[in-house]
Amino acid sequence: MARFTVAVLVNNHFGVLNRVTSMFRRRQFNISALTVSETESNEYSRITVVFDGDEQNKQQLVNQLYKLPDVCSVSELKDGDSINCELLLIKLANNADTRDEIMAATTAFEAKIMDYSKDSLILQLTGTSRRIDEFINLMRDFEILEICRTGSVSLEKGSSTIRKVTNF
Amino acid sequence: MILSGADIIVKTLIEQGCDVVFGYPGGQIINVYDSLYKYQDEITHILTAHEQGATHAADGYARTTGKAGVVISTSGPGATNLVTGIATAYLDSVPLVAICGNVPTTQIGTDSFQEIDITGITLPITKHNYFVGDVEDLADTIREAFKLAVSGRPGPVLVDIPKDVQMAMCEYAPKNVEEPEEKKAAKDIRIEEAAECINASKRPYIYFGGGLITAEAQEEMLALADKIDAPIGCSLMGLSGIPTDTERFLGMQGMHGHYASSMAMHHADCIISLGVRFNDRVTGNREKFATTAKIVHIDVDGSELSKTVNSAHGLRGDVKLTLQKLLSLIKEDVKPMWQNEIKEFKAEEVKNSDTRDSLTPKNAIQTLNKFLGENTAVATDVGQHQMWAAQNLSFKKSRRFASSGGLGTMGFGMGAAIGAAFGTGERTVLVTGDGSFGMCLNELATAVTYNIPIVILLMNNGVLGMVRQWQTLFFDKHYSNTVLDRKTDFVQLTKAFGADGERVASVAELEKALENAFNCSGPYVIDCAVDKDEFVLPMLPPGGSMDDIIVKVGD
Repeated sequence: MARFTVAVLVNNHFGVLNRVTSMFRRRQFNISALTVSETESNEYSRITVVFDGDEQNKQQLVNQLYKLPDVCSVSELKDGDSINCELLLIKLANNADTRDEIMAATTAFEAKIMDYSKDSLILQLTGTSRRIDEFINLMRDFEILEICRTGSVSLEKGSSTIRKVTNF
Repeated sequence: MILSGADIIVKTLIEQGCDVVFGYPGGQIINVYDSLYKYQDEITHILTAHEQGATHAADGYARTTGKAGVVISTSGPGATNLVTGIATAYLDSVPLVAICGNVPTTQIGTDSFQEIDITGITLPITKHNYFVGDVEDLADTIREAFKLAVSGRPGPVLVDIPKDVQMAMCEYAPKNVEEPEEKKAAKDIRIEEAAECINASKRPYIYFGGGLITAEAQEEMLALADKIDAPIGCSLMGLSGIPTDTERFLGMQGMHGHYASSMAMHHADCIISLGVRFNDRVTGNREKFATTAKIVHIDVDGSELSKTVNSAHGLRGDVKLTLQKLLSLIKEDVKPMWQNEIKEFKAEEVKNSDTRDSLTPKNAIQTLNKFLGENTAVATDVGQHQMWAAQNLSFKKSRRFASSGGLGTMGFGMGAAIGAAFGTGERTVLVTGDGSFGMCLNELATAVTYNIPIVILLMNNGVLGMVRQWQTLFFDKHYSNTVLDRKTDFVQLTKAFGADGERVASVAELEKALENAFNCSGPYVIDCAVDKDEFVLPMLPPGGSMDDIIVKVGD
């Protein structure tokens, strides 16, 4: 098993996300994160899918994506060749016993304090999914009240774009 | 010209070359029916007894013509009644355009009367579907639906059209039918690699399916077979693709396939697979499937390559164009050793064959064969009779077999036979069973109304034979809910519908009845007595391999 990130450029129509996720569900792909957003053109939306599987699963996922008429292009984003980024919001209990340790970790990870109240605080961190995992693991020593993370977004390094180049 | 949405729908259908549509009216499609009335000289609408029958009819029409079949229904229950038919077409890659009415756009999402989210429901069983919210998009959407349905790997496309869009007015300008997506051969490098593999093979086997029929690549396949001296087998969907009496043809393989065909595939060192998808009914236990063979797989749908079994060479491309390129790289070779082995498989098959001369299922189908013209299409339902038909029917022309292979839809046959009769313009045969016929016999009314010549060979054993066969073999003869024990008199029933029919209990009676049926101007039902303990053999038990094959009862 490996983790893959695939970017999918789709028509910016009503219901397209549903078509894509319905296919993932029906064929039982193991999706760990999915983001969707507008792009440089209002004709297209961009879906970033992170999923676990083997090489054959990946090929199958890509082939099945290409069968959807609303899918324009698909591109695998490999770790070394792309910039991957995710956003985390985490709400922690705020008390005198743990405050200093949390602050130390916040500084070390360059996280931001977004909200600070008597009983709780909210931290924001952007970075690779792995870095966010590490930060959350560290925070497990304290009382986590809520977590919300966005799932990864990715762009290929260099001047090539998904609209010009597809690597399948 | 300025037309209503409903007129635009019908005009666009005519423009796309559609001369017959199947359907059923209702409140949210009533405007389209008014347009069908207006344009009745240019397009024929066949009113079925049930929307499911209409979908299967459109499917039968498509299977026998290669053109997209069209079905029209109203919203809500009309639309949901299409679902089984659409799924049947989807699993067998049949081009279909389904047009549904829906409640006005202002009422969408309010659970109004007969409102249903049919685009949501059919999402996983269509190639694509459309909800048309604006009359300006209507004509082009229908055009796109037709193009999509027949392009690449064909399949069903649904267009959902709210009533107010049917009523709205808009400019309509006719357009020429767009060419389907351009066909492409597989990549040269892949073809070269595959050719190397085929040239090195000592025991090649060619295995084709419905994709070969769609690509019309029969000539290329036969040329390849001759060049490399290979036997040919097919999946259920491949049947009628080449004439049954083709010398190299061993017949269908798989769970109930011909022994020689399945054995040749099992012992091959290279399986050249053309437009197939290695369904579990074909492979049995995939771990033990053709373990000694390298698989060369050519398919227009790249997602089929290495989907269920790993292929050494997966070639994404049009089967015909790819074979043409491949042929020039193939060395001519004779393989007497391999041919000897195949002869032995065939001899073994003959040795195990059923030689009784009573009215056995095999004799019934073989008697039917004597009456089939070159152009006669045969539709089936699903179950034992379907396999007996698949094993024993003699085909002469491509696209003359309409059977639900992927979904296995009981109740498919009657509608499909109606559609096939329109598709071929000729008398059509339906081979069915008493279980399946019970699910779709309402369409007998349609066949009578339109006086459609359909010979219905009803193989009546009083049981749900295929499930019963499994219960005999794998469930200690616990015949749970498979003994129908109904008191239906099918001949009387047929007469109540306004058709004719008779019951037969011997080969001689069947022959006489077939004579009557083939001389009848409308539908004719032959209620053919079959013993309830007849088996479909050979049989590869589900999940089994060729080592587990059952060739005779008592094995």
